Amino acid sequence: MKQFATLVNILATSTKTTDKLQALQHYFAVAADKDKVWVIAIFSGRRPKRIINSTILQKWCIETIGITQWLFDECYHTVGDLAETISLLLPEPEIPNKDTSEHSLSYYLETFIRIEKEAESVKKQFITDTWQQMDRREIFVFNKLITGGFRIGVSQKMMVNALAKTVSISPSIIAHRISGHWDAATTLFDNLLSENVAAADFSKPYPFYLSYAVEEDLKSLAEENQWQAEWKWDGIRGQLIKRNNDFFVWSRGEELLTEKFPEYNDFKNLLPEGTVIDGEIISLAAPVEEGVFKPLPFAALQTRIGRKHLTKKQLTEAPVGFIAYDLLEYMGEDIRYKSMTERRNLLEQIIAQTNHPVLHISPVIQFESWEKLRNIRTTSRDTGSEGIMLKRKNSPYQVGRKRGDWWKWKIDPLTIDAVMIYAQKGHGRRSNLYTDYTFAVKDGDKLVSFTKAYSGLTDKEFAQVDAFVKRNSIEKFGPVRTVKPELVFEIAFEGIAASKRHKSGVALRFPRMNRWRQDKKPTDINTLDDLKEMLKNYAPTP
Amino acid sequence: MPLIEFSDKGLYCRKGNFYIDPWMPVDKAIITHAHSDHARRGSKYYLCHHFTKPLLQLRLGDNVYESVDWNEPVFMNGVIVSLHPAGHIIGSAQIRVEYKGEVWVASGDYKTENDGISGAFEPVSCNTFITESTFGLPIYKWKKQAAIFEDIKNWVAQNKENKKTSVLVAYSLGKAQRVLQPLSEMGLPLFVHGAVWNVHQTLINSGWQLPGVQRVLPDTPKNDLVGNIVIAPPSAEGTPWMKKFYPYSIGVCSGWMQVRGNARRRNTDAGFALSDHADWEGLLQAVKATAAQKVLATHGFQAAFSRYLNEQGIEAGELKTAYGGEEEINGVDG
Repeated sequence: MKQFATLVNILATSTKTTDKLQALQHYFAVAADKDKVWVIAIFSGRRPKRIINSTILQKWCIETIGITQWLFDECYHTVGDLAETISLLLPEPEIPNKDTSEHSLSYYLETFIRIEKEAESVKKQFITDTWQQMDRREIFVFNKLITGGFRIGVSQKMMVNALAKTVSISPSIIAHRISGHWDAATTLFDNLLSENVAAADFSKPYPFYLSYAVEEDLKSLAEENQWQAEWKWDGIRGQLIKRNNDFFVWSRGEELLTEKFPEYNDFKNLLPEGTVIDGEIISLAAPVEEGVFKPLPFAALQTRIGRKHLTKKQLTEAPVGFIAYDLLEYMGEDIRYKSMTERRNLLEQIIAQTNHPVLHISPVIQFESWEKLRNIRTTSRDTGSEGIMLKRKNSPYQVGRKRGDWWKWKIDPLTIDAVMIYAQKGHGRRSNLYTDYTFAVKDGDKLVSFTKAYSGLTDKEFAQVDAFVKRNSIEKFGPVRTVKPELVFEIAFEGIAASKRHKSGVALRFPRMNRWRQDKKPTDINTLDDLKEMLKNYAPTP
Repeated sequence: MPLIEFSDKGLYCRKGNFYIDPWMPVDKAIITHAHSDHARRGSKYYLCHHFTKPLLQLRLGDNVYESVDWNEPVFMNGVIVSLHPAGHIIGSAQIRVEYKGEVWVASGDYKTENDGISGAFEPVSCNTFITESTFGLPIYKWKKQAAIFEDIKNWVAQNKENKKTSVLVAYSLGKAQRVLQPLSEMGLPLFVHGAVWNVHQTLINSGWQLPGVQRVLPDTPKNDLVGNIVIAPPSAEGTPWMKKFYPYSIGVCSGWMQVRGNARRRNTDAGFALSDHADWEGLLQAVKATAAQKVLATHGFQAAFSRYLNEQGIEAGELKTAYGGEEEINGVDG
């Protein structure tokens, strides 16, 4: 565990990517195979199931050290990370226990799996005993393994790159081999990376190709006729896989979602053997005319994902379709190396053959000049899309986020001026800093809260707002500060929908602070009527 | 009428007609220590400890200063005032105020661990204790100074091996002097920023024995710096002045470094939770040692700290002050 704690410590504190890569490479070079497999699993989102929830973990910590709940909460809000809060509160043993320091990462993770079904008391014994034997750094890492969410500035891509360097295999091959469904407890390191075994797992998706936002000048993209334009849909990127007479649906987050979308069940028989389609899982209102979609708000799709069992009501209220973008595998052959035009032709064939009411092809936008396309883009919101995608016609399908061949060209966000009324401390590198704000618009002489936002300001601006909050909070206990309504911000967002859950009656998509309007007074902000007007103009109609 | 009241200019003793660490110009100011949020310009008269006087002269220029020794009573209109070591930085004092048998103590900033140069914190019995609470949460538990110095030395040695200069960020008055002794034991040349240099000279001229340092000057050869140590104040971080030291590793000495998020936010390579303030246990220990019937918490997590004290049966309240500027909250003067 020492070895892994050291790795995490470097990854979590280092400010330089090269240092992090080096630390990972070093780990992959010296750690035991079993531990390596677990590190790959952890940094690709394949942690073992949580054995207990964080409320119980908190409770055990509170019992161990004997403080009150409110004081624990104050600490937690200041630190902004539960695992770290507990590691700071627990007493550190004078001399860390030698025996347990030698337990490896896999020992702890496999113990989690072993006791997952045991009584709570067994778990408590294991966890509180372990706490007593570790130093602060190890406790932090151990807690992180329990609470999940290893967000310490290491992307899967970085882990893959480090592994690729250590084992001398190209990153894109590694990315594919470690994708899909595998169990860290039973997978051997050599098997995980071996070609034969990877090929045997027929459920594996390909790594997704992701785009960057278009840079200012479209002219740098050269000839218009080298590019294909499509609408950019706002659902969940996914892959449909038909292999071995079996069918799988994967999300971009590499979650297996096959069970969530019974609408796709027919594809299992209809799609030809050896087919992988990349596209958008999206909630669409029926009836769908080919090429003209009526997407439902993203929130509708969300109601489908969080549930274990789908009800009839959910299926009728949020019916799901699939908009196909690309074909990655055709008749069992990986065709990502072929040009986009070739892949598109094959894709069109397959969609036509399948001929199913929920499987659509992403329409191509015809345009003669960048100027024309610029105009078409302004109509994105009417089509229910969030902008335009540009794809180079002769490009292969690449791995991960790459510049050059695919660009997203989103529409300008909607904006509204609002005043900050509540603030809460942030997490991670924003610990002990008020960075999470709630905003309100005017309704007569009242203020009505309508959204939260956490991003968009510079570190310096956050520091200034933090200082303002600390000096102008009206109520003090608990995590949320009621703040004197004085600071005005321009809130930008991608979409607006009616919502029964919010006081204002609206829910925003991707809200963030576009600008701090230091030139505006709280009396200058927008009104609830303005929001309602936006809802009328821009909300998708079910 | 309480013996010390809170006014818009600072803590005020009406009976003795003086202020403690006022944040506006007043006639009579008693200064706990020479940090800028406690010692401000413009007052007509300053009373402080002998050790603090040269530092105030350095920072505030010529004024009317009077200085006293530890525990030397000064009478002000029938009020007895005396200064007692606070252990925060050189010369830092708690102010004891007595009138007709009632005793109040204003702690200023303090720490309970004896760092070897700032004087040993002296618990002073009183009826009312005004305490700082910069680190008034139980997550703040400092390692022993010796262990932190060991960490700093290991970090410097590691940097030296990687041919990097160690830039150690430490407040120019206080922490910069505190880290000098252990660093000087490494036998490496010690370079300091001008702000640190000025304080260093002032202290040496007042008779303090401190390890030798060299000031970083525009003509200091780059080669002299490689692999060695530079002590810089937080204000130098991220300025062009730092370019000279490249390649370097930057380490910050501050109690705020206890929490990883703070270290990450500052983009520092290494954080050392070395503080000149008391940690949670230190605050509780100090409060109990005064045997005060009433505690007023300022300057930090005063809401949480006073609530906790009340739950422990010690009557406590919050006092709003202007100490701990933006710099200090999450800054380096921790």
